[in-house]
Amino acid sequence: MSESAFRAITRRRFVVTVAAGSAAAAALTLLPDAPAQAQEASKKLEDAIKKAIGDKQPADGAGVIALDVPQIAENGNTVPLGIAVESPMAADNYVKTVHLFADGNPSPGVIAFHFTPKSGKAEAATRMRLAKTQNVVALAEMSDGKVLMTKAEVKVTIGGCGG
Amino acid sequence: MADHTPRIRVPKKAAKGDVVEIKTLISHQMESGQRKDKQGQVIPREIINKFTCAMNGETVFSADLEPAISANPYLSFYVKVEGPADLKFTWVDDNGSVYEADAKIAVA
Repeated sequence: MSESAFRAITRRRFVVTVAAGSAAAAALTLLPDAPAQAQEASKKLEDAIKKAIGDKQPADGAGVIALDVPQIAENGNTVPLGIAVESPMAADNYVKTVHLFADGNPSPGVIAFHFTPKSGKAEAATRMRLAKTQNVVALAEMSDGKVLMTKAEVKVTIGGCGG
Repeated sequence: MADHTPRIRVPKKAAKGDVVEIKTLISHQMESGQRKDKQGQVIPREIINKFTCAMNGETVFSADLEPAISANPYLSFYVKVEGPADLKFTWVDDNGSVYEADAKIAVA
């Protein structure tokens, strides 16, 4: 065996060892990273909600807010999103704003609909992007200052970010 | 994609007190600011960030749009017709441009 061949083997071994080592290191950092990512996502969502409604505590709005999203979205680039909030929409009792968030997107904000009594109905629809399977959160701010919240999970087959 | 044509669907006639559905769509790429080009450079964000619908000069519905809204943003919502209505729709772009459309609802 010539000296150069010997060196080549050592070099290959070295490369393999380093690759395996870094893969293991990556796996190690990935494992505790998953919950950390989820935590970061919920922190971002909390911040976004706080920015939208301040320190108010949202009540459960499951029976009042109808959040219309598909259970499974094949294409995360255009996911239909509809909301309808039960309200008389009278001058002294109406839905002011509905904030929508997606907790698994790079930035949780999706849209805010601002209604007036002349909207007639607190109902609106659009199409949104979802990066992955995640929760869509709706917050309805009433004219009397009350805030209601509801959420729904959307499973996304092909994410709608990147490219 | 420089052509930002708004399309709106509004009923021509309504009875007084009717709540009618309005559908709008505008051509816009809604660049999210998350994507990268082939050189790995982030493509800067450029979206429609605000939509407003005014009836007879008074805002009746508006929306704040985020990058999570799909390209060619579609919006549907309702207005209560209390008399002949002049509707004005406005879309505001990140780059400062404003796109507008008008419609009328006659009261039978």
